[in-house]
Amino acid sequence: MKGSKLIAMISVFALVGLVVAPGSAVAEERIIIDGSTTVGPIAKAFAEYYMSKNKDVNITVSESGSGNGAKSLINGMCHVADMSRFMKDKEFAAAVKKGRTPVAHVVAIDGIVMVVHPSNPVKGFTVAQVRDIYMGRITNWKDLGGPNVEIVMISRDTNSGTYETFEKLVMKKKKIYEKAEYVGSNGAIRQRVQSTPASIGYIGLGFVDRSVKALEIDGIVPDMNTISSGIYPIARPLFMFTDGYPKLGTHLHRFITLHLSPRGQEIIEEIGFIPVTRY
Amino acid sequence: MNDRIYEHTESDLRSRLLMSRGTRRHRRLGALAGDTVLIVIASSSLIALLFIFYFIIKDAIPFFQIEGVREFFTSTRWYPSREDAEFGALSILVGSTLVTTGAVVVAVPMGVLAALCLSDILPFSMRQVVKPVIEMLAAIPSVVYGFFALVVFAPLLQEKGGSLLSVGALIVLVPVSIIGVGVASDLIGARFSEGSRGVARIASAAVLSIAVILVLYQLNRFLGGLRIVSGTNALNASIILGIMALPTVVSVSEDALNAVGRELREGSYALGATRAETLLRVVIPAAKSGILAAVILGVMRAVGETMVVWMASGNAARIPQPIFNYLEPIRTLTATIAGDMGEADHVTGSARYHVLFAMAFCLLVFAFVSNFVSEMILRRSRKQLG
Repeated sequence: MKGSKLIAMISVFALVGLVVAPGSAVAEERIIIDGSTTVGPIAKAFAEYYMSKNKDVNITVSESGSGNGAKSLINGMCHVADMSRFMKDKEFAAAVKKGRTPVAHVVAIDGIVMVVHPSNPVKGFTVAQVRDIYMGRITNWKDLGGPNVEIVMISRDTNSGTYETFEKLVMKKKKIYEKAEYVGSNGAIRQRVQSTPASIGYIGLGFVDRSVKALEIDGIVPDMNTISSGIYPIARPLFMFTDGYPKLGTHLHRFITLHLSPRGQEIIEEIGFIPVTRY
Repeated sequence: MNDRIYEHTESDLRSRLLMSRGTRRHRRLGALAGDTVLIVIASSSLIALLFIFYFIIKDAIPFFQIEGVREFFTSTRWYPSREDAEFGALSILVGSTLVTTGAVVVAVPMGVLAALCLSDILPFSMRQVVKPVIEMLAAIPSVVYGFFALVVFAPLLQEKGGSLLSVGALIVLVPVSIIGVGVASDLIGARFSEGSRGVARIASAAVLSIAVILVLYQLNRFLGGLRIVSGTNALNASIILGIMALPTVVSVSEDALNAVGRELREGSYALGATRAETLLRVVIPAAKSGILAAVILGVMRAVGETMVVWMASGNAARIPQPIFNYLEPIRTLTATIAGDMGEADHVTGSARYHVLFAMAFCLLVFAFVSNFVSEMILRRSRKQLG
């Protein structure tokens, strides 16, 4: 009787100790991350992993687009800006004017994949054909060996880094036809393409799954190897920007170099991007 | 005996009713402070409005200074992200107008009829149940409507678009044409003499209904044969926006119909009018301005909605060909502001930043004018009824 009471008391104390301990630990360090919806999943997976290893750190990740990420870093609202494009000259100038020096860390490589509905018989295009479609020069699938249906072009909104990369690598300064539809995220493009037989869209390799059909470009299948080796024509590096290089040994430094570690590379591959160290 | 009691009560009353000078001053100061606080709170919303006006105009004017007024209102070329940026917003203005018109076509007939049903046809106990249910439509977040439009309604339009359209057209047109044929044959019959009136009525009804059935059949075949390539288009956005504007239209016009009062209705019944005559000739004309105000409020709801049009309309900055083709994607002012905001920092691109304020200014002017008009209408109707 007495023994069991003691055990009960000890377990209660232990429980209280467990509950109180995390709260009474040293002040938490915060890392705030903002930016691209493409890089966001990497940052989120990294944050989850890093926080599970380091209890005294709190990492928050928001996804508001590359432009907004740069803006946040310039204004000192975040520690890391996720960007799917390099910072523009104007953004650099604005940052320097505010006394900040953006430093780029390439964390992964991403390929932009052209996707169509699984029922579409088309196998692949050249970059020039993709450009012609998005310029409105080719408007019907029958001109490309498909059924006689009007092509529904789907694009990311002009606010996104994916759009800017597509515009730069595929459109090459030509204007996207005004009939193109714009949607707000990679997931939304995939949703529209998998439910619209006549559609074509572009998404990051990490978002390709079985519900859509990925097209060959210039005869090259988009996959980890062709993209990381630079054979696949529509590929781009993904960046995280910090204000100056972080002090060695700090949480920020260890977080921003996570992509170089074996576990970091595994995480990047799990999400569907290509690690930079895959030479 | 009596006097003494009176005196006693009077002095008692005096001590209770009249306060000392100090208390009186305290109370007056307290009242003044209370009034001031209330006035400040009440005017804070006005100040907020003034601030919104000020900041939007302040940031909209530079756009017109940089790019001029003509391109914005007359060009349809919308390429804000390019080096040689073009800011023609005509197609976007047209898109907003199209979607709003579509939403009105969906929401107003349905909303006003539902309000009529609530106020004059359903028994009171049913009304107490049905009205809150309709008003619950307003409580659903707009992103939920948008998600429904994108994930459920758009694929449905693509797969079964033609048959959906023809069923929808039948649901609307069949009752309308039955009433139409009835009224028309009545009118035609009235032109004939007493003896042949019945025959003429039946004959004209038969001829008319055959004609109407033929027309409906052709229309149905045409609509059924249509293929909708892309489900995120003006039609999708219009229907969803119409459903979203429905609670506003129903609720406000039902209030207007209720405000007509029992006396008018009873007076009409006392003169021998049927319920239909009472509703059409007495109640609706009396509530006319209230219903108009409801329509304007519904329009404002549709114009200002962002999330749904961003997800359901396709966001293609192009005037449909022909302009009333609701099966093509369009882009609206609100969706453009929401979609282009992130990249349009005043640090990085000034015209691209200010053009969004120019659009916000257009929306603000529209909202202000329609609010003003509905206020005028309501005031006039109050005067008429009062």
